[in-house]
Amino acid sequence: MFNRIMVPVDLAHVDKLTRSLTVAGDMASHYGASLCFVAVGSSAPGPTGRTPAEFGDTLAAFADAQGRQRGVSATSLPILAHDPAADLNHALLKAVKDTGADLVIMASHVPGIADYLLSSHGGHLAAHAGVSVMLIREG
Amino acid sequence: MADETTNQGIPEPEGAVDLIETEFEIGQDNVEGSVGPFGFDVHNPVFAVSAAAIIVFVAYALLAPEQAGSFFGWLRPALTSSFDWFFLWAANIFVIFCLLLVVTPWGSVRLGGQDATPDYGYAGWFAMLFAAGMGIGLMFFGVLEPVYYFATPWGDAPLGVVRPFAEDGTLIPENIDAARQMALAATSFHWALHPWAIYAVVALALALFTYNKGLPLSIRSAFYPIFGERVWGWVGHVIDILAVFATLFGLATSLGLGAQQANAGLDFVYGIPVSTTVQVILIIGITCLALFSVVRGLDGGVKLLSEINMIIAIILLAFVLIAAGPATILTEFGEGLVGYLREVIPLSNPHGREDTGFLQGWTAFYWAWWISWSPFVGMFIARVSRGRTVREFIICVLLIPSLVCLFWMAVFGGAAIEQVIADPAGSAVKAQVIDAYKPELSLFAMLGSLPFASITSTVGIILVIVFFVTSSDSGSLVIDTITAGGKVDAPMPQRVFWCTFEGLVAIALLIGGGLSSLQAMVISTGLPFTVILLLMCVAIFKGLKTEPR
Repeated sequence: MFNRIMVPVDLAHVDKLTRSLTVAGDMASHYGASLCFVAVGSSAPGPTGRTPAEFGDTLAAFADAQGRQRGVSATSLPILAHDPAADLNHALLKAVKDTGADLVIMASHVPGIADYLLSSHGGHLAAHAGVSVMLIREG
Repeated sequence: MADETTNQGIPEPEGAVDLIETEFEIGQDNVEGSVGPFGFDVHNPVFAVSAAAIIVFVAYALLAPEQAGSFFGWLRPALTSSFDWFFLWAANIFVIFCLLLVVTPWGSVRLGGQDATPDYGYAGWFAMLFAAGMGIGLMFFGVLEPVYYFATPWGDAPLGVVRPFAEDGTLIPENIDAARQMALAATSFHWALHPWAIYAVVALALALFTYNKGLPLSIRSAFYPIFGERVWGWVGHVIDILAVFATLFGLATSLGLGAQQANAGLDFVYGIPVSTTVQVILIIGITCLALFSVVRGLDGGVKLLSEINMIIAIILLAFVLIAAGPATILTEFGEGLVGYLREVIPLSNPHGREDTGFLQGWTAFYWAWWISWSPFVGMFIARVSRGRTVREFIICVLLIPSLVCLFWMAVFGGAAIEQVIADPAGSAVKAQVIDAYKPELSLFAMLGSLPFASITSTVGIILVIVFFVTSSDSGSLVIDTITAGGKVDAPMPQRVFWCTFEGLVAIALLIGGGLSSLQAMVISTGLPFTVILLLMCVAIFKGLKTEPR
């Protein structure tokens, strides 16, 4: 049913992604799909890479480890944004097209009052992406 | 399987850079959590100490307004008159340093690595350069400063140039040309090479140590070659806190004083009464627009607004040029340029001058002011300048904006001076700038004497307001990044906090008094920052030496 599953990740907080990563691995095994891990970073140095190339390497290593751990094929797509905090929604929508994914599996927080002011990224993606989007509550 | 891992997102390699090996990990001193429903990720202790220091100073200005007023009212002129030589020499060093970088091989170093591509095209980049740190000043001083130097009767004429008016107010024809040329040259001196060199030094230092050395996007990173690992401790905290402090107070006091000026303009043009209520509404409106822009981000908010403003500014500039007579204005531009090139060295020299009113009251004041703004503007320029070579960077941040400023001053100042010469007794510009000294009305007085005054004055007010918005949103981004330890992807509520905080500080000082005294305090921070900027030149030199080119 699905061939390519896009999994957006926040590399600085992968410890909070346990459920969504498990579900993504299980779905990929079940349908024989490949995983594509997507992360949005900045050209300015950050905790997950001091240069864009390092950021890409960090994500590639993460995808590699996930692929081995879950026994599925895994690729990565690092995206550089001028202002990641503001450009994330737009960048992820574009990544859906660029990766050719037919399913997105993404971690999302339990909504609260703040979501009325600033919409959640998962919610935005589900509302605007042309493919299926599965949001996993991480708590 | 896993070995299919590919890296598709970065279109080309960024090329060799000389990363600094450091034990420090970006974000290691940060505290993450949430206040109610809003998440945060802030540097400890920079965020807390900066916010607390700002609140303490606001409280001081509100609780002891007279003491604060008299202390900072004394401190600022005391610094600019005692250290005028220091400010002038430092600014000269920055200009020479930048020009040397253009002609030396270090100019070939590319910010972001040898194969990096520019983040922004020229139009968006230039628009943001002006919108962050200078647009509002061009609106305020474009008419005021040339007319003031031309006609000042108070003995602070630049280099003691001849006065065009006799004591009875009649023109002395043989003095007009010299006075006009000096007025344009002296104004250009304050708006061309020197201020942009100040911004360029800070921006280049931050861009180099961020994009090529891999250090966090924060002021302290530029001092790594000097302080080494200690820069991650209290030395760095103090530098960053001082930068946040100067930026927030610089923005908030400008916003408060700007609201008063915009109110005066609205009164002059539309008869809207001057009152605190109107001014508070203006601050709230500007802050709301800035919030909207800052949440939309760098591309969707700040850049878009900057570009819109640049287009409106060009239209206004073209209108004044045509309405005032292109032949006259272009001649004045040429004369102003020649005058600037001829006088730039005498004006830059702080020694043996007799025109202390101009030297200390204007030049040293301006230099301190530009320098106190430089952490903010420099950091913002650094944020948007990745992918340029050092040579291209200096040409585009120093030389081209200088020419734009020279032209702007020639058009607005030249048109206004022509009005004064044409009708010395009845010109509205002279009445506002010299006779009544209402600097906030100078632009509107000049526009009022040209055709379509009600339309152009409205455009002028819109420009002033949007330039405040673009300063406010870019400033909030800068403060947010510094107080998040150099992270550019900190949670959105943080930048909302700083933008709102700036508006609240402006409103508190507007209602309680203290705008002028705290602005004097901000300008006083120009002195420590001058030392910081001189050290930055050393750091840039050290950093460029090891960089592949």
